[in-house]
This record gives sequence, C-alpha cells and structure tokens, in this order.
Amino acid sequence: MRVVEKRQLLSAEEISRTLNRLAHEIVEKSGGAHDLALIGVRRRGVPLSQRLAAAIKGFAKIDVPVGTLDITLYRDDLSTVGSQPVVQSTDIDFVVDDRDLVIVDDVLYTGRTVRAAMNGLFDLGRPKRVRLLVLIDRGHRELPIEATFIGKTIQTSDTEIIEVRLKEVDNEERVVLVDRVP
Amino acid sequence: MLLLIKKGRVLDPASKTDASLDVLIEGERILRVGADLTASGAEVLDVGGLIIAPGFIDLHCHLREPGQELSETIETGTRAAARGGFTAVCCMPNTQPVNDNASVTRSIVERAAASASTRVWPIGAASMGSKGEALAEISAMKAAGAVAVSDDGKPIATARLMRQVMEYCDSLGLPVIDHCEDPSLFVGGVMREGPQSFRLGLQGIPAQSESICVGRDVETALLTGARLHIAHMSTRRSLEYVRWAKQHGLRVTCEVTPHHFTLTDEDVRYDTNYKMNPPLASGDDRDALIEGLVDGSVDAIATDHAPHHPASKDVEFDRAPFGITGFETALSLGLSELVHTGKMALMRLVELFTTSPARVLGIERRIAAGQPADLTVFSTSYEWTFQAAESASKSRNTPFDGRLLRGAPMATIVRGRVAFRR
Amino acid sequence: MLQRLPHLLGIESLSREQIEFFLDQAKPFQEFQRHPLKKLATLRGKTVAIAFFEASTRTRISFTTAASRLGADTMALQAEASSLKKGESLMDTVRTLEAMKPDAIVMRHASSGAPHFVAERLEIPVLNAGDGTHEHPTQALLDALTIRDRKGRLEGLNITILGDILHSRVARSNIHLLSKFSVQITLCGPSMWVPREVEGLAPKIRRALCMEEALEGADVVMTLRVQTERIHEPALAPDEYIGGYQLTPQRLRCAKPDALVMHPGPMIRGLEIDDAVADGPQSCVLEQVTNGLAVRMALLYHLVGGPPADAPHPAKD
Repeated sequence: MRVVEKRQLLSAEEISRTLNRLAHEIVEKSGGAHDLALIGVRRRGVPLSQRLAAAIKGFAKIDVPVGTLDITLYRDDLSTVGSQPVVQSTDIDFVVDDRDLVIVDDVLYTGRTVRAAMNGLFDLGRPKRVRLLVLIDRGHRELPIEATFIGKTIQTSDTEIIEVRLKEVDNEERVVLVDRVP
Repeated sequence: MLLLIKKGRVLDPASKTDASLDVLIEGERILRVGADLTASGAEVLDVGGLIIAPGFIDLHCHLREPGQELSETIETGTRAAARGGFTAVCCMPNTQPVNDNASVTRSIVERAAASASTRVWPIGAASMGSKGEALAEISAMKAAGAVAVSDDGKPIATARLMRQVMEYCDSLGLPVIDHCEDPSLFVGGVMREGPQSFRLGLQGIPAQSESICVGRDVETALLTGARLHIAHMSTRRSLEYVRWAKQHGLRVTCEVTPHHFTLTDEDVRYDTNYKMNPPLASGDDRDALIEGLVDGSVDAIATDHAPHHPASKDVEFDRAPFGITGFETALSLGLSELVHTGKMALMRLVELFTTSPARVLGIERRIAAGQPADLTVFSTSYEWTFQAAESASKSRNTPFDGRLLRGAPMATIVRGRVAFRR
Repeated sequence: MLQRLPHLLGIESLSREQIEFFLDQAKPFQEFQRHPLKKLATLRGKTVAIAFFEASTRTRISFTTAASRLGADTMALQAEASSLKKGESLMDTVRTLEAMKPDAIVMRHASSGAPHFVAERLEIPVLNAGDGTHEHPTQALLDALTIRDRKGRLEGLNITILGDILHSRVARSNIHLLSKFSVQITLCGPSMWVPREVEGLAPKIRRALCMEEALEGADVVMTLRVQTERIHEPALAPDEYIGGYQLTPQRLRCAKPDALVMHPGPMIRGLEIDDAVADGPQSCVLEQVTNGLAVRMALLYHLVGGPPADAPHPAKD
C-alpha cells in the first residue's frame, strides 16, 4: 500500500490567512471572550490553537488560555489497533468548569476524535459551552458532530487522506490531499 | 544356551585388555574369551566393532517399589536401566515402607526376580524408618540380599549413630553409604547458594552443607576404620576430604552423578527438572569433580535415578520434589562430557561404571571365563537425541530432554540373556 | 513505539529503553490522578484477574484501582479465602481463573518463579506483583519514577539500599533497574543479609557494613522493611537491628542534604526507620504510593489493552 500526493489544498500563505479569519470569527461569536479558552487536540490541534491564541492577542489584546488534550485514552478503537498507541500528557492548567471552550483540531472526519475529546474534557469538569474549530472539514461523519468554525470544507472519497503539515510538527507548511494506492 | 558375541572390542579394566575379541557365553556364565571364536549351535550376536565392557553397575538409584509405584516400579526402572547399559542396580531404601527389615528386602528381591531386566541389589536402611534413632535390622537384611546400608534421602543423623552403624556394618562386611548434608544449613533450600540463587530469589544451600557432613563422616571413619562411601558427591571440598582419607589409608570411597559433571547451578532457572539433591553445584565444583573422576579420587559414576511422576514435578520450584531420572543418559553423558572432550581415557570411563563400583561393594567385575555373563555393549560414536517421552521409565523428570548425545548403549546382557538391544 | 510485551515478570530482562518508555508512559497517568473524575473507558470490557496468593493490602488495592480507573473489571482472588488452603495446586487455581476468561492476570505469590510458571502455561499476559524473594517489578518502576521526578535523572546518582537485601524482592528489582542506568549502588544491612554474591550482579555495586559509610554522599536512601516473618532463620533481636541499622535523623545527615528517603511500605516505625525520618521533609513515601498507581495504570494500559499482539494493524482514522 503506497501513498501518492494528488493535489495541494492549502499553501502556507492560505493556512495563515485562514487561521487569521478563524481567529476573528472566534472573537466575533464569543461575546466578550472573557471566559473563553482553546483546547488543542494532540498533535496538530496544539500548534493551531497556539497560533489562534497569538492572533487573538495580537488584534484583540485578549489573553485566551490554551490547553493541550491527548485523546488516546478516550479512543473507541483501541481494541482494534495493533499495539497500544503511546499516551501523551494532557496539559490543562486552568479550571474547565463554566468555561466557554473551543476544541481545536486539524481535520474533522468521522467525528470520533471529537467525541473522545469531549469525554476527556468532561472528566475535567463541566464547561459552560463547547464548540469545535477545524482547519479542514472533509465530510463522512459517523457521529452527530458539527464544527462551528471551519477553515475549508473539502469533499473527499474514503481512500483519500488529508494531510495537514505544520512547521512546528512536520517542518513544512501546507495541506495536501493524498490517495492510498494498492 | 550358547551366545556368541563377535567382532566386538573388549575393554576389560581388570585385566587392562583393549582388543578385538569374541565372547562365548553359556547359560549365565562366560565360557571363553578369545579371538575368532566359533561355537556350533550358538546364537550369534555380531556387534560390528562396538565396545564390549563388563556389565555396568549403578551404585545408587531409586526404584520406588514398594509404595510409590505411580512414579516407577522395579520393572519399569530396570527396563530403563537396561536401556542405559546397566546390568545391576543398587536401589535405595527410602520406599514406603522403608526397607529397614528383611521382609521388605525379600519382597524387593522377589519382585526383581519376577519382573526386573537387570540384577537388583537392595541397599538397606541404616536406622529404623531412616529416622536416625535405632539401628535397622542390618544383619537380617544382609541375609535377605542387602549389599550396603544407607539412610539416603537424609544423612545418617548423628556422629554417634554413624559410629555405631559403621562398627556394626564393618563386622558384617557391609559398606555404609551416606547422603551427606547438614540439616540446619540445608533446611528451606532448593538450589545451590550462589549468584544464581540470589538472582532467581530461590533459597540457597551452601556447599558446606555437604562438606561439613563429609568431614564428620571421614572423622568417624578414622575413629572406626570402617568402609564409608559418600553418595552423590558434588563439591570440591567434599572431594578434598575424601582424598585426604584415601591418602591416610582409610577405606573411604565416593560416587559422582552424570548431572553433576555436566551441569552447574548457572543452568537453573525455574524448571523443576533442574531441581535435585544435592543441587547442581558451581563451575569450580564441577571442574574439581571431573579432575577427581580422571585421577581416581572418585570411585564411581552413579546415576541417583530419582523418578517423580509428572504431576508432582509440574509445580512451583519451591514445592517440587528433589530428583531427576538418569539411567538412560548416564553413559552418553560420560562419553560426551568426559571422553570426547579429551579429559578422560575410555578405559577409565568404563572402570568408573564397572570394576570400581564393584570394588565398593566388595565384588569383582571382569570379562573372563567363569565370570557372570553381564556385559554392556556400546558405541562411542552413535549420535542420538534423548527424548524423555520415549523413556522406559514411568517418569519424565530430566533436564536432558532433547539433548543431542554422541555415544550410547547398544545392547545389555544380563545373566547371559539380551536384556536390551537398540 | 514499543513492541508489546507479552508479560511483565521482572526488571532483569527489560532493556533500558523499555524501562524509560514505561516511566514516560506513567506521566500522563500521574496527571490523570489530578482529574476530578478518575474514570476512563479505555479498558472497558476487559477483565483483569487480581490473584494474590500472598497477603498484601497496598499493592493489591493499587492494582485493583489502576484497573478500575482504566475502566476494566477485576476478578479478585485472595489466598485466605481461596481453595489453595484446601490443597488445590497453583496450576489448578490458575486454570480455574482462566476458565472465567480474564484478559490478564496480576499475581503475587510466595514462591519465586511462580509467575513464570503461570506465564508458560496460559495464553494471557501475566503481571508479576511480587514473587517470593525474586522480583517486584512495579515497585522498582515506581521508585525510579519518583527518583527521576525529584532528581531530574537516574544516571550517575548514588543510591543506598538499607536492610535485609538477601530476602528482598524489592532490593533485587531495584538493583536490576538502577544498574541499567549507571547508578552507584551501595547496599548495607546486617552482613548475613547482604551476601557477597550481590557485588557480582552488575558493575557499580558495593556492600558497606556500616551505616555511616553506606550513607555518605547518597542522593537517595531506600529503606527496606525488616521481615519479621522469617522461617528457618535465627532471628535478630529488634534492638540489635535498631542499634546497627535504623535510619535515624543523625545517620541520615551523612547523606547529601537533599537526599530522598524512600520506603516500599508498609513501614515498621521505630524499627528500620525513625518516625522523624519517615515523616520528615526528605521522605517520599506518599509520592511513591501515588506513582505506584500511575505506573500500574501505564502497564495495564500497555499489556492489557487492545487485541492479542499478533492481530493485524487496520488502516488509521
């Protein structure tokens, strides 16, 4: 099974503009933002949430706390994967109760990651509100989950994979569509 | 009944013969030994260059009958012994009931007459029930066929008792065989004390448990002048006591088992097939034992064949009984570990299985006209893999399952009849 | 990414990388203990048999809690209540448990090698919670985690272990683990309980027969429990032990001022350790307990979770 790049979906510049637009949307739709917090889902949700917080600080002068969530222990597919995935730390140093949270992830697909993220968050307390921000929504939902803030919506087939590459993790900055070829 | 064994290489330690000779047997005795013999009407056994040695004697084994027939019987044990090339075995008295009186001795002799593949020479207990208090009925047992006394499984309990047993047995012409162990150092132990016992977290038995008792027995032999034989000797220090005793004219002899010259405590993990008493010793002890086997300080190789039915050994190491089987691998291990490695001459190995153990019992073992027709025919080169599942013993407790061996017994002749043929 | 271990029977056979992996994996579970809701569904549907053939409270509760917080069910066997008293063999007891189809067995047993015996005969993972005087791998891991958290590293530290080394599975597991990290290990106790063999186990191990010498320059002091239940051995009077080997504040001053004091528990206060030291600022005993839970959760997660090790790896999300 090989992986073959089909086309580029977002360039570095387009990613930057999209994040900037999303940061503005968050502030606009959060009425005050004083109990707002961003939760980056490991791995790539983390740098995205950090960049969003930095952008918000830049134009709105608001300090939005950022937390990191590892969803490995909350996955529903652990009994079907090969060896156990490595668990990373969850790092949320603010209280979750009564917070207006935005979960940040790179791609929204079946919705199972977000379901696991919500389980993880509710273990920590009772947020006032939880919304979802994704860079790419690729459809094919298997659970009733929707994002409030979407960077770009892309139609995909089942064999295709969307790869978000961020400089903090992948040493390059682009979003590509790849296909699995037998 | 005439049996003519042709084309063999006769190795007879008593006469130092090593030559291609034929052996003619009539009934239960050797009729003639010579080159190119013929005999009309004789059954001919062509052994094509194999070694013909006097019939092997095992000074130490456990046949478990009476009372423990689940693990072995005289019939199955001696069948395994014959497969190992043994023509006579001395069985220890720790049966149920203990062989401490003439009627148990007689019952063993009778069972052997009816079912055994080899000669069976019982060793009687030294004390009643081997409890270490009163003397057993030694002279009655001798009359019934006992060839020595021992409380094997345990040491003879005290120096005082040992002295009495020695004095009494000396007057009867019987050797005293001691399983040397100091109970206070031994208690709770399951393997040799050393780096391996520490690593495995298993309680260790120091070497001195054996040598302290050997020292006691040698001093008692000095006191009484009696015949003492140290059973399954396993340490350098014990051997040093025996050497001292021999140098000072004492009638002290000793035996070593094949597992003690083959394995060491480093081979122990949690497999109960490596659990026996005395336990596998250090590499240095093994080297000392081999030196002793070569230079004559050690008088015999004895198996201490100790069968235990599989379920009893299939437990945690702490709880498993001590003991392994040994008849069928003894000669092969002697050849592989001692002769093929160049440490020992073949004639010396044969001596350790034949004339030397015979001397401990005060008898002769030789290939000559008029002698009993007990012969062991073996190959020094036959390559085979020992499979415990195919053993003639009822038990499977051996560390040598699956071991590749070079050299094996090929035929065993007891009282002029072929008891085993490969 | 670690190849799944089939069992955890001891530290001796683990590599340094494997040990570091488990210490790293314990970290998210340390963080987890601070959640208000300490219940995951990660091992939901799995059953862990907790088979303790030897009395224990803290380790048993720690493993049971670890399994339960991961969402697994537990099946408990305690020696007092079991048919072992009625003469049932270890194998039969274990096969009876196996017939109820647990996904793993955590076992503690008085015979060294008992978990190996069981692991050879069952198809499911076996975790050793202490076998005879052989090993107590999770204790060594939680001790190492505690030290690493407090000191930042294991390499190059001077660690002194005090007490009855000969009969201690905690000592053996710690010696195996620490020697893989180039720790200078000093062992001290009554000399009949600190055998010479121990110096041959690994390079930087030494015996010291006097407390002050043993503690000098120590970064970590581990005190072992004096095992009063000893058969076949002449006993040592408590006052003899206290006089020679109790960890007192004065003796502790021979160690570095920021030396950690550790104890696997349960402590016999006034015997191997003075109250002031046990409750003092250098004592880490409570941290050890919390870390024990994290370590055991990490191990259960890795050994019990998922399908059998040879299942095919499906395409990812």
